Amino acid sequence: MHLLEVKQLGVQFQTPDGLVSAVNGINFTLNRGETLGIVGESGSGKSQSMLAMMGLLAINGRATGQVLYQGQDLISLPTADLNKIRGNRVAMIFQDPMTSLNPYLTIERQMTEVLEFHKGMSRKEARVKAVQALDAVKMPEAARRITMYPHEFSGGMRQRVMIAMSLLCEPDVLIADEPTTALDVTVQAQILILMRELQRDFGTAIVMITHDLGVVAGLCDEVMVLYGGQVMEQASAEAIFYKPSHPYTAGLLAAVPRLEGGDAPMLAIPGAPPNMAKLPAGCPFTERCAMALPQCATVRPPLVAAAHDAQVLRACHLTIEDVTVNLQRLKAQQGVAA
Amino acid sequence: MNATSAASSSPLLSVKDLRVHFSIRGESAWPWTPKQVLKAVDGVSFELRAGETLGIVGESGCGKSTLARALLNLVPITDGSVVWHGDEMRGASPATWQSKRKAVQMIFQDPLASLDPRMTVAQIIGEPLRTHCPELSTEQHNEQVLAMMLRVGLTAQQINRYPHEFSGGQCQRIGIARALILKPQVVICDEPVSALDVSIQAQIINLLKELQAEMGLALVFIAHDLAVVKHISQRVMVMYLGRAMEVAHKHALYDTPHHPYTQALLAAIPVPDPRIERGKTLQLLQGDLPSPINPPSGCVFRTRCPKAVAQCARAIPPLRQVAPQSQSACILD
Repeated sequence: MHLLEVKQLGVQFQTPDGLVSAVNGINFTLNRGETLGIVGESGSGKSQSMLAMMGLLAINGRATGQVLYQGQDLISLPTADLNKIRGNRVAMIFQDPMTSLNPYLTIERQMTEVLEFHKGMSRKEARVKAVQALDAVKMPEAARRITMYPHEFSGGMRQRVMIAMSLLCEPDVLIADEPTTALDVTVQAQILILMRELQRDFGTAIVMITHDLGVVAGLCDEVMVLYGGQVMEQASAEAIFYKPSHPYTAGLLAAVPRLEGGDAPMLAIPGAPPNMAKLPAGCPFTERCAMALPQCATVRPPLVAAAHDAQVLRACHLTIEDVTVNLQRLKAQQGVAA
Repeated sequence: MNATSAASSSPLLSVKDLRVHFSIRGESAWPWTPKQVLKAVDGVSFELRAGETLGIVGESGCGKSTLARALLNLVPITDGSVVWHGDEMRGASPATWQSKRKAVQMIFQDPLASLDPRMTVAQIIGEPLRTHCPELSTEQHNEQVLAMMLRVGLTAQQINRYPHEFSGGQCQRIGIARALILKPQVVICDEPVSALDVSIQAQIINLLKELQAEMGLALVFIAHDLAVVKHISQRVMVMYLGRAMEVAHKHALYDTPHHPYTQALLAAIPVPDPRIERGKTLQLLQGDLPSPINPPSGCVFRTRCPKAVAQCARAIPPLRQVAPQSQSACILD
């Protein structure tokens, strides 16, 4: 049995404009010590799918499918039972460390609460454990700083508090929703190394949501690329970065500004992210895809194993050869170095 | 001497020892507690020539946005000089600034927040024309607005829409159109792409580069992302806690960074390549940015610098030439 198995997870929102599907049928499995990266642009459904797993959707949202944590379906679980798992066995780090900590409570109160609830510890025991957790994330002078309020910390330190808090119960699964997006690069590097060390020491399985392909490259074994709430490509990090087989993945990689790049223009993906309420019947990327075929707008390509490698799942009508050839042509057209 | 070489010899903008200090209340808010001084920009000098792009990079809190605002007198200058086209602008009257601003425009970070939600696209893009060229007829005005919209990749049908109807990338195009409609010589871009998705970011940078080549613009391009800055700049200034750590030609800076802070920044950028990213051993910067109210003595970077020695605490190291195309503010080099 896998540690975490997600089957056909979907998220719908009831809006004044009708039912909007934010996420359509994502599948993945996760075992101890593994890291899955979920990549996508804003509005691609990456955060909503994780909030759905934790039962944290907004009131007009509804999750479908199954999220099996050690065989238990988190989606159909009553809230009381879910509360015993989330924050305890499955924990989450949120994107914005300022708004996800309670400004009225000291760090001590917020951290000990977790242990008192899940582990039934006394406040004293919980405090000792909380200081240890802050030490583990390399917070200097943890014993003194635990009595401080969130506003007294810098962004990087607040994110350390968030990570320490999520690790208090030594969870099996850690869901990190853009944990470094709000941070500077030098602090981001500190946090990423910290997460890598924690994974090595505790064997935690991590789901890493990000839009930064550099972060994915350093941390993830498996990568899922989302666009318009649908999986475009799902494969090992090696396959995604060195042999992207989907036009969107390839375009995204070509659009990243690189330090080693020359003065040539970057390959831009034309257009804007799709309106989730008015997705085309076919592939959601059709409108922005420079290689789209006539059937792309009407027939949704299924996510199937690629011809060259059964480990690579892709949803595209084009063959990989066509994608490669077209990408070279586009780069030549736009004067981008290959 | 022909006209072009004359133009290239005198800088469009020359900034000398610019300081922007804010007087703020400290931790206790009692009326009798003495105010403290926050040194947001503390002695920055540079020159900008026609058609050139100067990139300014640094982490949050290093004073790069305050510097941009001070160049346009959007925050008061404490000390130093800002010279636009040979005219000293420190202490200049509002009327003098008004006349200069036609040639100097700004693009802001948050694409949606920097557009008035109650104005249509045509009104937003046309506003600088109404202010600076009131002599234009309605027809000429509309013609110029439409031409600019088409140039930045908006369509004629969108002319009467409001900002909330656009995506982030399109809003930034509106911001660019508004900045360029007066055909300025200099555009100050304050993190113009950091709020945008990767695929949109590339569109906007390519657009800015095209427009720069077409209109001969000089750009001051502020960003926290060194890779983005590399794509658009000729020279780059790296700032830390209100000071310039290194100023160098692009290739010199990225190929042989001299200052330890530049080296640390470059090393910290995650590379989208699993083999490189997993193989690299990082010399991490420890800790966070010190408070600009009470900056470290001597070199402001010494508290986080992996190479710091006792001497670093004594005096503020000035920027000095360390290679033909690099200036660095470090005593060790």
